[in-house]
Amino acid sequence: MSKQITIPFGPQHPVLPDPIHLDLVLEDETVVDAIPTIGYVHRGLEKLVEKREYTEYVFIAERICGICSFIHSQAYVQGVEQIMGLEIPERAQYLRTIWGEYSRLHSHLLWLGLFADSMGFESVFMNSWRLREHILDDLEATTGGRVIQGVCKVGGVKKDIAPEKLDEMLKGLKTLEHELAELTDVFLFDSSMKHRLKGVGKLAKEDAYYLGAVGPTARGSGIDIDMRSTGYAAFGKINFKPVVEHDGDCYARCAVRAKEMFTSIDIIEQCIKKIPDGPVDMKVTGAPDGEYFSRAEQPRGEVIHYIKGNGKKNLVRHRVRTPTFTNIPPLVTLLKGVELADVPVVVLTIDPCIGCAER
Amino acid sequence: MTIFQATKTVLKSLFSRPATLMYPAKPAKKTALTRGHVKIDPDKCITCKMCQRKCPSQAIEVDNKERTWQIDQMRCVVCAICVDTCPTKCLTMDTQYRPAMTARGGVEKFTVAGPKKKEPAAAPADGAKPKE
Repeated sequence: MSKQITIPFGPQHPVLPDPIHLDLVLEDETVVDAIPTIGYVHRGLEKLVEKREYTEYVFIAERICGICSFIHSQAYVQGVEQIMGLEIPERAQYLRTIWGEYSRLHSHLLWLGLFADSMGFESVFMNSWRLREHILDDLEATTGGRVIQGVCKVGGVKKDIAPEKLDEMLKGLKTLEHELAELTDVFLFDSSMKHRLKGVGKLAKEDAYYLGAVGPTARGSGIDIDMRSTGYAAFGKINFKPVVEHDGDCYARCAVRAKEMFTSIDIIEQCIKKIPDGPVDMKVTGAPDGEYFSRAEQPRGEVIHYIKGNGKKNLVRHRVRTPTFTNIPPLVTLLKGVELADVPVVVLTIDPCIGCAER
Repeated sequence: MTIFQATKTVLKSLFSRPATLMYPAKPAKKTALTRGHVKIDPDKCITCKMCQRKCPSQAIEVDNKERTWQIDQMRCVVCAICVDTCPTKCLTMDTQYRPAMTARGGVEKFTVAGPKKKEPAAAPADGAKPKE
């Protein structure tokens, strides 16, 4: 048996947008164990729920993450609305779905760029982010914010999208779809990409299930789990099929995200065609009294917001279980047996968002 | 051939202008809804403190004795809840992003009109003079 050495990976590492520390135990060039450490960006946001009124806490819930921000606020307000028994207008449900899918598109494009960058594929990184810019432009034109949208509120949404703008968005998505197809072809069919990704970092279906993998990490291993299938917001009225791949390697997880973008575009198109007229918000009085587990599908997987109120303006407890936090145990399993040079690629395939994981 | 996947994109990029914008030399893109920064019309402010109470980042301080309205632009998260709740609509959202600044330069203080008195002669409002 050869001598084991430990190499620190992170918290500051060129491929990591967020700080996570991994102690990699190596035998020669192969990783035999990985010990993760988190806690570098803990902000204690959940405690703030006692200091801010439940209506203003939406802004704080949204700022848990800088990428999947919209879906955080959506999951939070859904929880509060469920406790208060509010039936929000249908148009607001559709608008939430549209913005949620837009933020999924921009998150996946960001990830594809970072992923290409982790392999030294700089030009694809630039191209992914160039396409992402169109998505961000549409988000800014409809909500006022590029990344932090700030349009969700308890009882609906703050902004409405004019029918002309919806048509314009539809046209923009049609053009984007062609460019996206060209970009994702590089990820799916390029020989150097395939060489780098196929068979690397395998996660068996059973492991993914028992370790609690969520989102594309689970779907890449053949588990058909997608919170959108539960039909929250307007997803119940939309036809879509979750993308599932069965190989469980880095290529499968990349393929899930690449193909999911087309599903998102399809969902937005269906929403724009079906969106009803009407108000986008309703008057809310009183305060939540009760508790609720609100679940939503983020770009990285399932997020759970636990909300408990006691009938006063300030909530008693708010707890968020973010997808990255759940995906860390699968990550440790994934890393066992890979080469040291593949570690950045494998770490990125779970799409780590440590800001989310630590809140 | 798998190595020519991105040829169309490459050719298009070769003969088109750069996708990036030379910010801040050129102004950032903005839309009618863009949340840039909060602005106040001091003549309309009645120092009701609604904005201070609602602000999730505690960036706004209102003093109704001194009749001042103060915002720390470095604390402000540009969520626009103050603009939405202001009863006299004296707060507005400017579409221009603020330029880079230091933590000390973020505080802006305004002397405001204050609540409306019944006798108009008794209101000693001294207008829109920001004292920095």
